[in-house]
Amino acid sequence: MVSVRNAPRLTRRYTPFFNVLFCFILVALVLGGLSTLWPWNSETPKREFVLQSEEFAPVATVLSTDALAKSTKSSCTFYNCFDVYRCGQHGSSLTVYIYPILRYVDENGLPVMNALSKEFMEILEAIQESKFYVTNPDKACILVPALDLLNQNNLHLKETSQILAGLPYWNSGINHLLFNMLPGNVPNYNPCLEVERDNAIVAGAGLSTWTYRRTYDISIPLFSPLSQDFQHETIEINESPRKWLIVSPQINIHSEYREELEELKEEHPELLVLDECIPAKPDNATERCHDGETYFYPSILKNSTFCLVLQGARLAQATLSDAMMYGCIPVVAIDGYVLPFSEVLDWKRVAVRLREDHLHDLIHILKSISEHRILEMRKQAHFIWTQYFSSIQKITLTTLQIINDRVFPHFARTYEEWNDPPWKEGTTPPLNLPVIVPKSQGFTAVILTYDRVESLFKVIRRVVQAPSIAKVLVVWNNQQKHPPPATSWPKINKPLKVVQTKENKLSNRFYPYDEIETEAVLAIDDDIVMLTADELEFAYEVWREFPDRIVGFPSRVHLWDNNTGKWKYESEWTNEISMVLTGAAFYHKYYSYLYTTSLPGDIKTWVDSRMNCEDIAMNFLVANITGKAPIKVTPRKKFKCPECTNVEMLSADVIHMAERSECINKFAQVYGKMPLKTVEFRADPVLYKDNFPEKLKRFNNIGSL
Amino acid sequence: MKAKKRYFLVLISCAFLLLCYFGGYHLLKNGDKKTKDFKLTKHKVRGYLDTRELYRDKDSTTSSRLRREERRRSSDTLTCSMDTCFDFFRCRNDFKVYIYPTKDSISPAYQKILSIIQESRFYTEDPSQACLFVLSLDTLDRDHLSPDYVKNIKLKLYQQAKYWDNGRNHILFNLYSGTWPDYVEDLGFNVGQAMVAKASTSVSKFRPNFDVSIPLFPKHHPKKGGERGTLTSNNFPVNKRYTLVFKGKRYVHGIGSETRNSLHHIHNNKDIIIVTTCRHGKSWKQMKDERCETDNKEYDRWDYQLMMENATFCIVPRGRRLGSFRFLEALQAGCIPVLLSNGWELPFGEVIDWGKATVCTDERLLLQVPDVVRSISKTRVHALRQHTQVLWENYFSSVEKIVMTTLEIIKDRINYHVARSYFVWNSHPGALLLLPQFSDVLRDFPFHWRHLGTSLKSNFTAIIYATMPIASASSSLSRLIKNVAKSSFASRIMVLWNGETAPPVVSKFPQVAVPVNIIQPPQKTISSRFHPHLLVQTDAILNLDEDVVLSTEEIDFAFKVWRSYPERIVGYPARSHYWDESKSCWRYTSKWTNEYSIILTGAAFYHRYYNYLYTYYLHSVLHKTVDQSQNCEDILMNFLVSHVTKLPPIKVTQRKNYKENVAMDGKMYPIPWNDPDHFIQRQACMTTFVEIFGYMPLIRSSLRLDPVLFKDPVSNLRKRYRKLELEGGK
Repeated sequence: MVSVRNAPRLTRRYTPFFNVLFCFILVALVLGGLSTLWPWNSETPKREFVLQSEEFAPVATVLSTDALAKSTKSSCTFYNCFDVYRCGQHGSSLTVYIYPILRYVDENGLPVMNALSKEFMEILEAIQESKFYVTNPDKACILVPALDLLNQNNLHLKETSQILAGLPYWNSGINHLLFNMLPGNVPNYNPCLEVERDNAIVAGAGLSTWTYRRTYDISIPLFSPLSQDFQHETIEINESPRKWLIVSPQINIHSEYREELEELKEEHPELLVLDECIPAKPDNATERCHDGETYFYPSILKNSTFCLVLQGARLAQATLSDAMMYGCIPVVAIDGYVLPFSEVLDWKRVAVRLREDHLHDLIHILKSISEHRILEMRKQAHFIWTQYFSSIQKITLTTLQIINDRVFPHFARTYEEWNDPPWKEGTTPPLNLPVIVPKSQGFTAVILTYDRVESLFKVIRRVVQAPSIAKVLVVWNNQQKHPPPATSWPKINKPLKVVQTKENKLSNRFYPYDEIETEAVLAIDDDIVMLTADELEFAYEVWREFPDRIVGFPSRVHLWDNNTGKWKYESEWTNEISMVLTGAAFYHKYYSYLYTTSLPGDIKTWVDSRMNCEDIAMNFLVANITGKAPIKVTPRKKFKCPECTNVEMLSADVIHMAERSECINKFAQVYGKMPLKTVEFRADPVLYKDNFPEKLKRFNNIGSL
Repeated sequence: MKAKKRYFLVLISCAFLLLCYFGGYHLLKNGDKKTKDFKLTKHKVRGYLDTRELYRDKDSTTSSRLRREERRRSSDTLTCSMDTCFDFFRCRNDFKVYIYPTKDSISPAYQKILSIIQESRFYTEDPSQACLFVLSLDTLDRDHLSPDYVKNIKLKLYQQAKYWDNGRNHILFNLYSGTWPDYVEDLGFNVGQAMVAKASTSVSKFRPNFDVSIPLFPKHHPKKGGERGTLTSNNFPVNKRYTLVFKGKRYVHGIGSETRNSLHHIHNNKDIIIVTTCRHGKSWKQMKDERCETDNKEYDRWDYQLMMENATFCIVPRGRRLGSFRFLEALQAGCIPVLLSNGWELPFGEVIDWGKATVCTDERLLLQVPDVVRSISKTRVHALRQHTQVLWENYFSSVEKIVMTTLEIIKDRINYHVARSYFVWNSHPGALLLLPQFSDVLRDFPFHWRHLGTSLKSNFTAIIYATMPIASASSSLSRLIKNVAKSSFASRIMVLWNGETAPPVVSKFPQVAVPVNIIQPPQKTISSRFHPHLLVQTDAILNLDEDVVLSTEEIDFAFKVWRSYPERIVGYPARSHYWDESKSCWRYTSKWTNEYSIILTGAAFYHRYYNYLYTYYLHSVLHKTVDQSQNCEDILMNFLVSHVTKLPPIKVTQRKNYKENVAMDGKMYPIPWNDPDHFIQRQACMTTFVEIFGYMPLIRSSLRLDPVLFKDPVSNLRKRYRKLELEGGK
């Protein structure tokens, strides 16, 4: 009975709770039911793109009365057909949306599109996995319909156009991107996809100059499924000569070309013209024959220096990409063919182009190409193939990158980024104007000091005697002590600025201070009191002639020590120099910036923690970026301060030398090579030590010890 | 019981809800699973084509020959390309340009173009040799309201152009086309299959790889030479007062007005200065809008040139036409052009990478321009600005450069397999100075080896110019051969025999370890010492006079210096030039001075490419001047090299005075050095050269390169080049 008594109490206590819960469940149920009903209620179902076979996709019916997309606009350019306002909401990167995959059927329920091909699925997959992909069509700059238009043979032109026009965000095709590999059809093989598509952009293989809309369409390579089958084969691109000068490996060329080639072959046995084998085996795509001998298709490309690419039914030929894969330099003799990605790729470095009318000149032209050039082209062809042609994913991403470059031209990839292989050595110096810097600017003396005030003042008085000095900048590197009061500084007729640093770091001397308003910086230690005005002025003059180098006084050289297998720092009187110490040297302010922002590895912290080798680091930096040696000016001087001579010097010197050698080895290891260059000369005034009246020489106070 | 029912209901509802959510998740997961499945099984999915089909896709019906002919026939003015509208047969021998005889009066600008072509190495007077034809009808200005407009051009064309053939292989130059109000890009007559080198072309009207887009240049643009870029400081960071400037006309209405009318929106009177005026044309007062008055006031406060020099970026918007003078002006001033001209086919865009020197923006996105230019990194700004100067000096600073660039672009299309690469076009010294026929690999040229990461060949070929017979083993020629041969870097010695008598037999020469060849040039001229010779396989040439006294040490040292500066002349005796204010002409001097600008090529190292340039690039008048005087070839070589490098030559240490007395067998040969006539001749040469080059290319240097320990107070035993000092000054 307890329970009976208890139950109502319990019920009473929990009733409001259950009521609320019940209501909540009811509402949830109603909402849930509505949400499940929603898609059937709305007119445009909001579906997300899911990479799947269309078998599982929802069905969409195309009615025969549906409107077609308007006819393709042949005069489209980026400026009159592309909507840039759709882009740029996502920072400076393209955004790409993919329509959901649908199964399109006609009124009778018969499919109007072929099943999605593997390659097209891969295109979609590449987009989906790229940084460009977005799921919100309103945020998309580029829209890609999930319609497989790769092979026009498989298309119903009318229905395809109807489907396009019926896409929810079609908007006359603006910013829609269509991929196509095989355009045209029998009998005239139009070089461009014949689906009416209004404003849509085509990324097509085999576009011709008269169908390609520059700045708008993208010419892509014809993807070769065969080379995909052989991609696991390791291909070695080496310098060894190949058996054939040129091979024509295609079996689908017109008999007129064949006749012409056969004729050429009579005279030039280095030409190999392959054909179908007899009896023909239509099931075999890789067998080729010549004179009763059988050749295996892709591997014959390995044995030929050049590969002839002629047009078949269409302009784009898989042979182009197959040849490049095997490092066989393509000779493209297809008039009017827009080479793949020619907007960004420099084909002159990859292929030889020949007019079809000049086919008879083929051998003559190829023989005029030097061996070096052949090697360069062979490597470049293979590189371009690997980088941009080797998979559907690469082709797709390259296409999107090209559009990205058009939309954001100021962030576009450069010619070098597109075309230079990563193994390219060489230098791209940031300072490359062929000029002698005008004298009018003068130079800024930057003096790094800690507490040697007396010597510092001496240096200041000395350097301001050079006529071209524009300003003196003292970098006060002592945090314990304040610089002396303004009144005690030497009175000079040039502006003098003092910068107080926050930390006693050697790198402070190379900081690109805003106070430095000239190109030329004279870095000078606070104990270099022995340079004459003539010497400084002459060094500045030399720097003006070589503004991209370090120009200065004390020089050093690095030597390879065979015993230790290491680099060694040498300060003795040598016939060579490879470094100029920045205790007294001119250099361009740009290098200050580079030193501060882009020293590789941990060189900067290494220098700051050891309080040494900042000058060696600077020499490495400049030599690495210019590929040039520094310039030493005027004869050797004693740079040691006279006061500093004492007994401890000798042992200190030994340690110092060892440390410096260690720096060189460390830096060489960080750079992965030894960038320093050694030279055997220095710069002197034209009439230096010449038998000529001293007073007629412009710089005569030079070389005094 | 009621409670139990409720519990039950709650339980069921919960279960249902759980199912719903779980089911949903499950479905979603299912989608994911499908993707994964696809990845696993995609190799089973059908490819877009059958591989066999791909390699057999053959069109056996259409004859390729007929197809080409058909395309050629059907090509009209709009679709011309080199394949269809150009007769390559005419260019089979050489790239030559023919100009029709002049009948009408032509504008000074067009006159400049014609005379540049006439003076160029491409000119021919024989139409049957010509690859390209140039009309002597002035087509530069096709604005029919302009005073230079040529009327009845169709009739004149018909009368004059004998070889017109629907324009095939003809090139027309045009700066202005169309007029108010629509400025159509039409020359007012049917150009047929002629190429058009036109300013302000649009992407849609331009026939790629057929037409050439040229820059709009003013009437007073110098014919030759041209000013250097006015960038005086290559400072970093680029610290100009203004970030972005524009001063120019504003169109109140009509084509192109939209962009210029909205420019003021980005003006902020701080670092972005946009000043416009409506004052142009006759009837501006009638058309003016409410902003005109204030605009004009502001406009008059600013100086165009100063503004450009003090700004980092200059807006180059479209005018009525797409291009404007401003483009070249900004380029020269080193003010990075910010292009606001949608659809403009940029000048020489086929070969020039404008992204390296300009910022391309979209008229539609004008308001983003300030953000865009501010977002560009300091280093990129510096690089862009530097490159404006390179491009200006390579291709735009004179009418000659513009015309030659146009012709070289067409030439590169014809000789595709020896065409210059994009890299060459876009780097110093540019494509005009890099003759691709010399070599198809860049490492053979003196300019780009550092960039390519290649090195120079480590030896040299000596060319000795000889006229005097060898009398004895102690003659100066024998001594010279011995000294050269002792150098470990010498790979060959060539004696260029230019004497009156038959060349000496080889047995007369000293026996040395390197091969010695005697060459008899086909023409006995002094220029033959610079003739490119197949035997020269090294990058370096040491050119020598027979009477030069040089030790092996001197040769070795100079060669080592040359390897650091292979693009320059490196040698011993130097000369100088100076400007004579009183006579207002350039003077030549052989006095000892603190500066020099010429290194005599009687003893100098230089790159063998300069021999090629000397022979095939230089104007024939220059060659004639040298040949007639049998003198000045060294000055000309210095002109050429400085013209290319824009830098001075390099003088190295020399042991003793050069050629003071040449006494042989007791008999004195005339020493040209002391001959006053010789000197006057050189003076005259200099004047001629400056005239032909259009400017003075020589540049002065004030330094000499010595061995590191030269005359240092250290034991001579330590010095590698000690003999350089021993006999010094004698």
